[in-house]
Amino acid sequence: MRNISKLFLLLTIALVAGSAAFAQSAPPAAGSSLTIGLVMVGPYNDHGWSQANYDGLQYVLAKVPGTKLVYIDKANSADRPGTTVSQLGESLVAQGAKLVIFSSDDMTDEAIKFAQDHPDIFVILTSGSQQWKEGKNYLPLPNMINVMGKMEYMKMVAGVAAAMTTKTGKIGFLGPLINDETRRLASSAYLGARYAWVNYLRKDPAKLTFKVTWIGFWFNIPGVTSDPTQVADDFFNSGFDVVISGIDTTEAVAEAAKYTAQGKQVWAIPYDYSKALDEGKGVSLGVPYFNWGPAYVNAVKSAMNGSWKNHFEWNGPDWKNINNPDTSAVGFNKGTLSKDASAAVDKFVGELGKGLNLWVGPLNYQDGSAFLKKGEKATDQQIWYLPQLLQGMEGQSVSK
Amino acid sequence: MRDTRSSRILFQIGAILFALIITTLVLFLAGAQPFAAYKYIVLGAVGSWDVVTNVLVSWVPLLLATSGLLVTFTVGLWNIGIEGQITLGAIFTTWAMRLLQNSGWNPSLILVIAMLAGILGGLLWALLAGALKTFGGVNEIFGGLGLNFVATALNIWLIFGPWKRPGVASMSGTLPFDRSLWMPIAVGSSRLTPATLVIAIVGIIAVYAMIEGTYFGLKLKAVGRNPKSAYIMGIPTWQHMMASFAICGVFAGLAGAVQVTAVYHRLIPSISSGYGYLGLMVAMLVGYKASLAAPVALFFAALNVGSIQLPIILKLDSSLAGVLQGTLVLFVILGHGVRAKLLKKTKVSS
Repeated sequence: MRNISKLFLLLTIALVAGSAAFAQSAPPAAGSSLTIGLVMVGPYNDHGWSQANYDGLQYVLAKVPGTKLVYIDKANSADRPGTTVSQLGESLVAQGAKLVIFSSDDMTDEAIKFAQDHPDIFVILTSGSQQWKEGKNYLPLPNMINVMGKMEYMKMVAGVAAAMTTKTGKIGFLGPLINDETRRLASSAYLGARYAWVNYLRKDPAKLTFKVTWIGFWFNIPGVTSDPTQVADDFFNSGFDVVISGIDTTEAVAEAAKYTAQGKQVWAIPYDYSKALDEGKGVSLGVPYFNWGPAYVNAVKSAMNGSWKNHFEWNGPDWKNINNPDTSAVGFNKGTLSKDASAAVDKFVGELGKGLNLWVGPLNYQDGSAFLKKGEKATDQQIWYLPQLLQGMEGQSVSK
Repeated sequence: MRDTRSSRILFQIGAILFALIITTLVLFLAGAQPFAAYKYIVLGAVGSWDVVTNVLVSWVPLLLATSGLLVTFTVGLWNIGIEGQITLGAIFTTWAMRLLQNSGWNPSLILVIAMLAGILGGLLWALLAGALKTFGGVNEIFGGLGLNFVATALNIWLIFGPWKRPGVASMSGTLPFDRSLWMPIAVGSSRLTPATLVIAIVGIIAVYAMIEGTYFGLKLKAVGRNPKSAYIMGIPTWQHMMASFAICGVFAGLAGAVQVTAVYHRLIPSISSGYGYLGLMVAMLVGYKASLAAPVALFFAALNVGSIQLPIILKLDSSLAGVLQGTLVLFVILGHGVRAKLLKKTKVSS
């Protein structure tokens, strides 16, 4: 009897020690096949962020033999009351997923909980920065990778397209919620717009109005967020003739099409999804989009061949061809642009590819305080964690 | 037709069958295979220990809400405002936790205080609905609905305003509390909290015992059946109504506290998860009988959790669970109505 209890004790110690050791390292290689779980914040066919992620996974399925996809969309507490995102992740694990992608910044808390609870599952938290050693929120988790694309560049391109098109000199930015990511993206659009306004059009920067209105979330939740349709209308009714969308859905384009059909020519720039132009023929100037496929392929391959290591990646465009589906993490599909605007966009992309940097001083924050001294280049951290909008932009910098 | 137990059961079974037929039809129209759908719902609810614990996690706040509603239904009140009462419970709980999280006090003590704060929040919001009804002459349905909107607005204002994360107002809610302040989770599960399970079970037993076994419960029933005669018999009507609101508020507040301390570990915009409305459905389905509330609430929780499999495996919308729940309630109530009519006819003709 005593022997048995001793054996139990030893077994328990071995188990605890084993699991502790296990928790310290990344999961073992997945081998020749891998089921991938994808958790999306919106509908998988939203023509925006979630669909871009979904398509990224379709790319993985096509490029990496032996992979299978299980997914759940609308993973937010308004659409799926009573569930938690980590619970939804576990539902995918129950379907065989060994790698789970939480594809929204909004899932950060739950993705961390999931990664901690399931050290044997590979986790990708898209748009997070927890695995960035130089980042502010560094929380090393061996089974987690953060992936993000350098959308800042394409938002600048969008800004150029907007500035070259506006007749009133008033550009609206339909913002989601206020955080580091959205501040830096709105600011990038502004930097692009101002650059084109000053350098291509030779106009006075003081005559460029750039206003950000936040709705409160990545998409409309009736009764909770502001209605993006209403916000777009407000822009168009108050003299803004180009609206750059920063949200995951396409209301700005729909409203631009409506106003234009009624005889008031206005334009919009959707976001996230390469094919988002289909909806607004004639009013969409172009779309800055994410191409998640290549980054997901790399992560999936590393999970399969055992080379997985927790890290953060912030992937840029392929300047040779920003719309190359195999190499460029972000891109810009041109829509209805005037000849001049189209040429300006091409020229700007060329300049960026040759090293043009708009995140260079002198730049001030919105409240007038100094951000970058003359000639000073912003670090990745300064851009990623941008604490305010920039001087010259209207709209809230910090949620009050 | 005679008023027998068997005729009652027959009508109940009929209602369930009708609900299943309607749901199956909806599935057919959606181009899905109904039996596969039912199979995956069942597997998704009982197929593994993990999903069973998820069902239990969902059962706790639903059962708490239902327990409270049984009391208000007993006095004949439709406490629609329960959603707001759950929300206020969650807000008060979060408030207490925020105040105490850095106090260095024992986490268990903080959790107990937070739960009590939640009770207080639910109680106050319920008493407000009760006062509107009693002293303001506002029907509890309208008063409750109004208070629900106010509670939601208050919640969102707090999340996006004073309680927002540093620099970020996020739909994903306030900053999560430290793990030491999470309701202790059972070994072998990633979210089941035994303490809340005990609270919910004790709660429904207490409500059953109170309604069925005490003089106070009898008086509540009397008020519910006929307030005027109850009043003439010397039972103070409005006081009993207020008391039932208060009791329901306590349960709703607890449900909100559970959502914060045991499920989400933070305050989120839709913190009530609709358990108040779902609780109303459960209470109606069981004909306001406390004895049946626990299993039926468990069934509803299982449907909710199980239906997550539908979008994952069959690419169907998981709101199907809502369709089944709704039609069930509808047909059971319809069954009651038809049966009552038939009984009346039988009486008249005999």
